[in-house]
Amino acid sequence: MDLSAISPTLLVASLMVAATPILLAALGELVVEKSGVLNLGVEGMMITGAICGFAVAVETGNPVVGFFAAALGGALLSMIFGVLTQFFLSNQVATGLALTLFGLGLSSLLGQGYVGIKPPSTPRLDLGPLSDLPFVGRVVFGHDWVVYLSLILCVAIWYFLRRTRAGLKLRAVGESHDAAHAMGLKVRAIRLAAIAFGGAMAGLGGAYLSLVRVPQWTEGMTAGAGWIALAIVVFASWRAGRVLVGAYLFGGVTVLQLNLQAAGVALPVEYLSMSPYLITIAVLVVMSARGTRRSLGAPADLGKQFHAVH
Amino acid sequence: MISLEKRPTPSRVWTYATPFLAVALTVIAGGLMFAALGKDPVAAIRTIFYDPLFDPQFAAYSRPQLLVKAGPLILIATGLALGFRAGVWNIGAEGQYIIGALTGAAVGLALYPADTRMIFPLMVIVGALGGWAWAMIPAILKTRFNTNEILVSLLLVYVAENLLASMAVGRLRNPEGGGFPGSRNLSQWDSAANPELIANTGMHWGVVAAFIAVIFAYILLNRHLTGFHIRLAGQAPRAARFAGVEPTRLVVLCLGISGALAGLAGIFEVTGPAGQISIDFNVGYGFTAIIVAFLGRLHPIGIALAGLLMALTYIGGELASFMLGIPAAAIQAFQGMLLFFLLAVDVLTNYRVRLGRREASA
Repeated sequence: MDLSAISPTLLVASLMVAATPILLAALGELVVEKSGVLNLGVEGMMITGAICGFAVAVETGNPVVGFFAAALGGALLSMIFGVLTQFFLSNQVATGLALTLFGLGLSSLLGQGYVGIKPPSTPRLDLGPLSDLPFVGRVVFGHDWVVYLSLILCVAIWYFLRRTRAGLKLRAVGESHDAAHAMGLKVRAIRLAAIAFGGAMAGLGGAYLSLVRVPQWTEGMTAGAGWIALAIVVFASWRAGRVLVGAYLFGGVTVLQLNLQAAGVALPVEYLSMSPYLITIAVLVVMSARGTRRSLGAPADLGKQFHAVH
Repeated sequence: MISLEKRPTPSRVWTYATPFLAVALTVIAGGLMFAALGKDPVAAIRTIFYDPLFDPQFAAYSRPQLLVKAGPLILIATGLALGFRAGVWNIGAEGQYIIGALTGAAVGLALYPADTRMIFPLMVIVGALGGWAWAMIPAILKTRFNTNEILVSLLLVYVAENLLASMAVGRLRNPEGGGFPGSRNLSQWDSAANPELIANTGMHWGVVAAFIAVIFAYILLNRHLTGFHIRLAGQAPRAARFAGVEPTRLVVLCLGISGALAGLAGIFEVTGPAGQISIDFNVGYGFTAIIVAFLGRLHPIGIALAGLLMALTYIGGELASFMLGIPAAAIQAFQGMLLFFLLAVDVLTNYRVRLGRREASA
């Protein structure tokens, strides 16, 4: 085993790449949950986004178009969940699970002809001399545009939720849909918009997996990333800044275990591969042991059905 | 303008009618999906639902498969439904299924090549305990630390899958297998085999266990105080607390039962139809069982019927992929759609649909 083979620069740089899909999906789910909706279908929307993005990028030869298609695909799929939970008043937990099961099937159906193909590459941005700086150049200025987009979105979502009127309305709907409804807010419309946004973000995250991180299409390639994104929202106590911390922490664990595998640690590969899931569970336990969901910052009406009588 | 009006009590008629309506809608939507794939929708639906049972050429092979596939689905779904009724969401049955198979097979293989029929019952017991123990992880974390059991039980599926991969190429690998991954063939070792009990029926011990589980679940829910508590906790959590229902006990009980049943399904599968521990012996029964539980309306008898129907879509799906070239993934999407339609039409059970403008005084 040779730990000196692990370069800290590359470790931090690849950490950001590993964290980006989960960051995107978790930010989307954060907005959804802030509006009081629990969508457990993140995994299904991510993998649908992964194949939509991959297929369109391959057909058009343009990864940017692919990312747009992924966002669109994720948002469309999330609308099934939206319509069922908001208009048919179905149970959110069950419907979210259905979305994941359906998304996994749909994605492998759509991906029939795309196994083993290489997608068009998404290059790193060339920021001239900045990218040549030691360490900082590679870590801060040496990424593709999606990594920066995810960071910008993180700030934008924080700003939206905390500092804008629309964000306040969205949070009001999540805290008490009855009060929000009485104030004249369109609870369903706001929630549908949030769900669509969450779907688009999950789709983007999935496409980042299939177009940049892997980059290839294989069935079931998200391998639980959507569930980890859900866990990160809990870990983050429903705050955008902490979602970033959680996602990067998780990215760090993933990259570190991959590096340890490559460095030939005496542990079997399978035990290293299960470590991100175990650590996610451990983090969930630590967070939940500190208090009830409510005291951690969960929206009060999270997961509750809204049925306006008046 | 269409509006919904909450029913004072769920409609009895719709409770029974919704699963049929959902199946009918899924068949229509599925037909459209097959048409979109460029296949003849009528032939596809016929191949999935009719040919496996009645086609002279295929029925002889397909009919026994019905019980083989329905057994684990019913076994797992019966356990899950208890939890779903109480609001305890165990969605990691796939993991408990794998661990049950691993622990049971490990005990059996440790005794190889002993020649006694006592080994099989021992493996079954250890398999159930394995699934139970794996489900106890989310149960204890939930009751001790209030950790979300949905996320924990699901994340543990990935842990279990990695453990399976490690065992299939490591500790449990067949020493006489020429280095190939996978354990010894348990179904060919008389002491551990789970054979077909009646020739050409597909009936094995797992199927027997499934029907026993259905009967026990029915008695538990309808004739036993614990079953009443389970239903009460799901329908009115506050009332349940005033009635002295301990949520902690229910979480441990529901996760424990569903884990043990999933573990049982796992060990019956590796000693019978699958035959050995291999990296991918699990084919997602733990997840499909969630659909089965809902399709059966969380009722044991309903689950038995739903399990048979879902098994039919598996077999019909294989046949359709063989005969018509419909990709296997289409069946998975088809099953997912079924759950969507079920959840959608369920609104009719709990709400009355009113046409026209709502009255202001409502």
